Amino acid sequence: MSAPPLIGTVRRACLRDLRLRVRALGQWLNPLVFFVIVVTLFPLGIGPGPNTLALIAPGVLWISALLAVLLSFDALFAADHRDGTLEQLVLGTAPLSLVVLGKVLAHWLLSGLPLILLSPLLAVLMQLPLEALPTLAGSLALGTLALALIGAIGAALTVGVNHGGVLLSLLVLPLTVPVLIFGASATAAAADGYASGGQMSLLAAILAAALALAPLTAAAALRVTAAADG
Amino acid sequence: MIEPSPPLLEGRGLTVWRGENLLLDGLDLSVRAGEVLQLAGPNGSGKSTLLRALVGLAELDEGEVYWQGRATRRVRESFHGELLYLGHKPGISGGLDPRENLRALLGPEADDTVRMTAALKELGLGTRLDVPCRSLSAGQQRRVALTRLRLQPRRLWLLDEPLTALDAAGLDWVRTRIVERAQAGGAVVYTTHQSFALDGVTARVLTLGDPAGVVT
Repeated sequence: MSAPPLIGTVRRACLRDLRLRVRALGQWLNPLVFFVIVVTLFPLGIGPGPNTLALIAPGVLWISALLAVLLSFDALFAADHRDGTLEQLVLGTAPLSLVVLGKVLAHWLLSGLPLILLSPLLAVLMQLPLEALPTLAGSLALGTLALALIGAIGAALTVGVNHGGVLLSLLVLPLTVPVLIFGASATAAAADGYASGGQMSLLAAILAAALALAPLTAAAALRVTAAADG
Repeated sequence: MIEPSPPLLEGRGLTVWRGENLLLDGLDLSVRAGEVLQLAGPNGSGKSTLLRALVGLAELDEGEVYWQGRATRRVRESFHGELLYLGHKPGISGGLDPRENLRALLGPEADDTVRMTAALKELGLGTRLDVPCRSLSAGQQRRVALTRLRLQPRRLWLLDEPLTALDAAGLDWVRTRIVERAQAGGAVVYTTHQSFALDGVTARVLTLGDPAGVVT
């Protein structure tokens, strides 16, 4: 098979999902609103002391981002499963793993990317030193995309499970911990004026591994879960 | 005497347990090119499960499905390339309009917008081309899914209750498509509760729910 049809498959799946999601405004705004609310509650709950806030800022921003992304995994395949699109994708001639990759990209463009764009604003609110902002945005960019890919595996495994949200979080959470650790520590290092290249490289490595393995794993999982109901 | 062609689709010893229930018990079936097979039987007799098992969406506890003599598990890609499965759930997203839905479902096969629009008009959806499918009636949504019978030149059709929610004209349209498909050397397996005369093709009925699963 030549390259263009493969890229075409990813693009097609991505555009279809983008179109669907942009029309369902509430659905993709949800994680963003959640992210903003959680972060803004910290200065109110802990008090606006700049030292305290600056100390916990990297952790708070990263934990909130992780939870916001976790919240949105549910929706990745649920609607497609309900209306039978998933069956057709499993039976389709397009490689399923590339379709999954397209869907994850669409999902990330509407959940991860806006979150990254919002992060500098919330970082200022949390008194994070300005020189750490590029590292925060960069680590979130690498991290949220990796999280979206990892989440796709969990979402594929729990498709068709009633109230699978809790199960999904339990399944995915252990896999997301390394992303959280390296993301938060990269941001913390940058805030303290140290180099964060090491942590960023590790995040990039996780993303590369997820990019290679997650679509295949999620596609295999979808073939099993599509067979399980009927 | 003409040498009989090998069956397009064949199932041998198909067995499916649903919990404690033996839903399909060592069922054999075969469909040759040019044949139409109707699956009949009361609700819960396993018609949909049989269709899902044939395409590989439902797990078989025993038995094997063959596409042109080769196990479908081994030739999945070429089998899927010749297969049109229309499930109980039509695979139509409420948020997309009919043409967007078809493009997403058919991939590059749907690049000919003129042909697609013509097929939709033929099914009476000419005024609904830009309406999100959730605003369409159940019958109209079914018609959007059925447009695939026009657009996808697949050899084998497996249709689960294709006539649900259709009016008389829609029923006629589907019947004509099925006859055409069989006459063009394809094969069709479908389930329905409606009586359904097909002229000009070999049509058989397989009644499920019988202990022996006898083909009549």
